Amino acid sequence: MLTFLFKRLAQAIVVMFVISLVAFAIQDNLGDPLREMVGQGVSEAQREVLRNQLGLNDPFMIKYSRFLTNAMHGDWGTSFIFKKPALDIILSKLVATLELVFAATFWIILLSIPLGVYCAIRPRGLGSKMIMGISTIGISVPVFLTAILLMYVFSIELGWLPSYGRGETMNVFGWQSGLFTIDGLKHLLLPSIALSSIMLPLFIRLVRSEMLEALSAEYVKFAWAKGLDKNKVWFRHALKNTMLPLITVGGVQIGSMVAYTILTETVFQWPGTGFLFLEAITRVDTPLITAYVIFVGLVFVVTNTLVDLLYGLINPTVKLTSKGG
Amino acid sequence: MKTGMSKIAALLLAAGVCMPLYAADVKVALDADPESLDIYEQLSGGILQYAHMSFDPLVRFTKDMKFEGRLAESWDQVDAKTVRFHLRKGVKFHSGNAFTADDVIWTYNRIQKSDDYKGLFTVYEGMKKVDDYTVDLVAKVPYPLVLQNATYLFIMDSKFYTGKTEDGKAKDEIVKAANTYAANHVSGTGPFKLVSREQGVKLELARNADYWDKKSPGNVEKLTVVPIKEDATRVAALLSGDVDMIAPVAPNDQKRVLSDSNLQMATETSNRIVMFELNQNVVPAFKDQRVREAVNLAVNQKGIVDKIMKGFATPAGQMSPEGYLGHVPELTPQYDLKKAKELMKAAGQEKGFEITMIATNNRYINDAKIAEAVANMLSKINIKVSLKTMPKAQYWPEYDKCAAGMQLIGWQSDTQDSGNYYEYLVETRDDKTGKGQYNCGGYSNAEVDKLIAQSNAEVDVAKRTIMLQQIEKLLMKDAAYLPLEWQNLSWAAKTKLDIKPIVNGLDFPYYGDLKVKE
Repeated sequence: MLTFLFKRLAQAIVVMFVISLVAFAIQDNLGDPLREMVGQGVSEAQREVLRNQLGLNDPFMIKYSRFLTNAMHGDWGTSFIFKKPALDIILSKLVATLELVFAATFWIILLSIPLGVYCAIRPRGLGSKMIMGISTIGISVPVFLTAILLMYVFSIELGWLPSYGRGETMNVFGWQSGLFTIDGLKHLLLPSIALSSIMLPLFIRLVRSEMLEALSAEYVKFAWAKGLDKNKVWFRHALKNTMLPLITVGGVQIGSMVAYTILTETVFQWPGTGFLFLEAITRVDTPLITAYVIFVGLVFVVTNTLVDLLYGLINPTVKLTSKGG
Repeated sequence: MKTGMSKIAALLLAAGVCMPLYAADVKVALDADPESLDIYEQLSGGILQYAHMSFDPLVRFTKDMKFEGRLAESWDQVDAKTVRFHLRKGVKFHSGNAFTADDVIWTYNRIQKSDDYKGLFTVYEGMKKVDDYTVDLVAKVPYPLVLQNATYLFIMDSKFYTGKTEDGKAKDEIVKAANTYAANHVSGTGPFKLVSREQGVKLELARNADYWDKKSPGNVEKLTVVPIKEDATRVAALLSGDVDMIAPVAPNDQKRVLSDSNLQMATETSNRIVMFELNQNVVPAFKDQRVREAVNLAVNQKGIVDKIMKGFATPAGQMSPEGYLGHVPELTPQYDLKKAKELMKAAGQEKGFEITMIATNNRYINDAKIAEAVANMLSKINIKVSLKTMPKAQYWPEYDKCAAGMQLIGWQSDTQDSGNYYEYLVETRDDKTGKGQYNCGGYSNAEVDKLIAQSNAEVDVAKRTIMLQQIEKLLMKDAAYLPLEWQNLSWAAKTKLDIKPIVNGLDFPYYGDLKVKE
């Protein structure tokens, strides 16, 4: 276990280094940050002076080594738009994104397991065909369309739910979240459903196919032969083994959802990291873009490591050390 | 606690205990929030809109482009170079400090340190205090745009912004991309005081109870500005009643808004001209006036406005919009494909040629679609266009290269005067003096340059009008560039908000004067 962690840590450092290099190298191709910071009448000569002041004209290696040195001290650069440390901004917006991902995960778990299991148990039933059909549509409809449709029906036509933003927040155990207020939950409902709509069909299909595979396995046949109760066969024997791939695939997917909130957050004006990232790109806030890319890289590395650890705990036959990460 | 207080206040008001005035809470959704609360950090639409909320300029434009005294009660021309402003007495800043001539001088001097604004004030020798309520703005040469410039003099509280912060930084410093004192603290004389700001999420303002303008019909007690970037979401927020007013309204959403009996729309022609520059340095054929004229005749501006903009723009046949001195009513966009073909033939370009074209795809309304339409129209006279559109972030460095045959640009006159268009877009380019900074087409006409210089020193409005109109006519005679349209501005709101009187073609709604019906 410990050796695995050490190995993973070493690998993570290499990965993070590469990501930081890539994130930094793309900076010069993102556009000219100065254009977003000055009025149209400001001359090129004046812009050049400002560029020099901000250190944008320094050679790549100088800029990069300066960034690395500062990053080691926890300073990931200062955002041009927000005029504050980039990492602080990302962390402050992360709360909202995590809230959204958390709620979407809740919908996914709540719906995908029963629906997936049902489809596996009654593969030829009408219900199964409907669920599979709808999930195909769900996969093919882009998330912003789902989001706008939801908004149209529930905010404009029915007027039940607010159309944008994050509601009232409350501080519970140092966590400033909208999960603890009615207003906050109302605001969360539509964005979280929209976000879950990308992953939900995938999970239903995953649960279904894994469950089908388990049901055709030898030990299930043996259980039937033994004359066990059908609920026991389905839920104790088959479902339990279905969980394994679900956790690995699911973990990675949900981790990556943190990075995939961009569209949902933009449509609902949800003040999270995805929305922040898009804003940073349109306004060429290079320090913020770099910091975000590195941050998302870190999220992926951490989720992958956690999933591998979890996998080992659930399935003792998997030896982490031999797997080498 | 806070909401409790306002509820009690509302009850008192309802019972008629305090005063019979109706106080409204208004939530406005805009496409972006101000980049900074330091109004001199950047010259941008967002910041100028905010400046009119928490500050007052010396003078401001009325809806019909006349000047209206704000912190200056009146003004007079002392001599050819000097304009004297008589300041309003009894005005207080949000901090409680009294407003005097010292604040005006201080603000003027601070502007000289602002990269974005100092360019507008380089023609002045300086500002002098005459007495506590009188200042002189002295130009180096007779200058016709003093009042236009005075609309940018939003007076800041000199006492409030003087001194050092706890970490030893000057409170008045202007630094881009830095968290300065002035970017976070506000004391102006304007109708709204800053309550809180969460950048990119919301800006909360409350009415300045001591506001000097007692005649203002405005009754908005609490003004909340929320940025909603996505067009569809902004409209949805209005339709669902989550916000009371939005701007802008995308052309495609206007029908939806107008069909709702609880909503209204206001539109104004803006001063932003959207046009293409014809690059003579890259496309030799463009050196021929006949070819440039053919391009102008082959493009159907009215068609673009009707089809792509759904009528949400004004077709342009010149740079200056209506109401500007240089505007020539006869210069309307001409569309005559037959004549265009003849001109191409006369120029020996019957078979046409190939050019490159660049345009933005997220800067102006429907910019990429407009560029596609223009490219299609040009194919009718055998000009083959290879079009490249890109986001504004990548566009400007590309634009600066002046390497494409046709380049899209939109331009707003910072001085609200015709001269600004000519100086930046068509005056002969000179990198040393910065003239013709955005003249990527290589157009150069000595007569135009001369008229620009003359008009900049002509104080007599009638004479100046003739000069500016002369320039406008010369440009179209030469077919120096391809004008397309002036973008429209649009606002939508619940019918109980009286928005029509407060919006204007400059895109500075005067929220302080917004009246909300009960």
